[in-house]
Amino acid sequence: MGFWEVTLSLLGGLEYTCLIFALTLVLALPLGLVIAFGSMSKFKPLAYVVKTFVWIIRGVPLMLQVIIFFYVPGFLLGTPILSRFASVIAAFVINYACYFSEIYRGGIESIPRGQYEAGQVLGMTKTQVFFKVILMQVVKRILAPMSNEVITLVKDTALARVIMIVEVIQAAQNFAGYGLMWPLFYTAVFYLAFVGILTILFGYFEKKLDYYKI
Amino acid sequence: MAVFEAKNIQKSFGKTEVLKGVSFEIEKGEVLCVIGSSGSGKTTLLRCVNFLETPDKGQFFLNGNLLFDASDKTAKTDAEIRQKRLHFGLVFQSFNLFPQYTALQNVSLAPLLLAKERPDYKENKNRIKEEILQHSSELLVKVGLSDKMGNYPCQISGGQQQRVAIARALALKPDMLCFDEPTSALDPEITVEVLSVMKELAAEDMTMLVVTHEMGFAREVSDKVIFMDDGIIAEQGNAEAVFGNPKSKRLQEFLSVMK
Repeated sequence: MGFWEVTLSLLGGLEYTCLIFALTLVLALPLGLVIAFGSMSKFKPLAYVVKTFVWIIRGVPLMLQVIIFFYVPGFLLGTPILSRFASVIAAFVINYACYFSEIYRGGIESIPRGQYEAGQVLGMTKTQVFFKVILMQVVKRILAPMSNEVITLVKDTALARVIMIVEVIQAAQNFAGYGLMWPLFYTAVFYLAFVGILTILFGYFEKKLDYYKI
Repeated sequence: MAVFEAKNIQKSFGKTEVLKGVSFEIEKGEVLCVIGSSGSGKTTLLRCVNFLETPDKGQFFLNGNLLFDASDKTAKTDAEIRQKRLHFGLVFQSFNLFPQYTALQNVSLAPLLLAKERPDYKENKNRIKEEILQHSSELLVKVGLSDKMGNYPCQISGGQQQRVAIARALALKPDMLCFDEPTSALDPEITVEVLSVMKELAAEDMTMLVVTHEMGFAREVSDKVIFMDDGIIAEQGNAEAVFGNPKSKRLQEFLSVMK
């Protein structure tokens, strides 16, 4: 089995890696904001429920959550309701949304009260204050912790293989059956390239937001 | 008739009574300075006037009409409170400019958002926007910042930031402009430039309610001075009476320390 054959096979796996990454990001970023608002709610029972939920999701290994999402509905209902891929996305989105929510919460709570009050006395609605005044400042503040989390997500996609999704690592592992170990090590190149691009992107965003200071 | 009148305003935080029944009125074009030591309730009073705090008791009147009554317990919608707030502008001690916007954007943001609620906004969108930007830049010229309109708050000095904040508060054409220790975060040299803008406004008959530690300014510009002590108005009168001939011992002590 030659180098190109392996590379093509790994690129096939990379497709799933990218899909899991992109879908998780697109869905978990807004969901995280909703969860953040829930945990900051003035309606205490809601805040407690949300905080408990975040504790459970952050407290259980993501790999286990993937397994639970795939198998447990089947055990309970007698028939699996989510496909392998859908289970992975569901588990990843919920898990990452909880981590994002805590980053959002930290960012939102770090904005001084005076910013809200300045908006209020200028007759802005609460929604306007949040979207026109607060949000951009939050984005700037959370960019660094977010880049950490997003980079972790790239590598967490490898957990999908626990329910036989053939992402990059699993694609490489399949060669091990033929006695080939090097494809597994070769996958590192794919991850490094992926994370390298993200690092450059985040650097660009940071520069973009450099024109003002908080 | 008074532009604004506060009647028996009371406010507690938990068990701490901060305002114990404060009443005053301001005539149109008057400058009313509120002086007093820290913790006397000055800032809380100002925050009540701007609906950042809700008084436990008392009423506000605007041009003789009831604006707020604490005994009216029917829930106020955000929109109602927002409408009431628009009668007043507030300049903060810590400026509170929006860091991601330029000076001009800081001034024009709220009027632009508010304009969207106008029924004729859709038809005259461009004209309305242009008018607002025109008015906003005029205000910045007025406070002496014609060359800083495109600058971000982090690029200008504290005094310039506070002048942007004054322009921003004026942008919605409030009936009364409130200042919460506007120069306390500035060094003395820069204080002068902010005070001179305020003096100019006073000369143009802007109705102003100013909480300040600048005794010189209060004495020079005020039509009326209120001395607050422990949640009440301990003494009030025109600047000459309060500064030249303080009656209460507390005020005499306060003034001797402030000099």
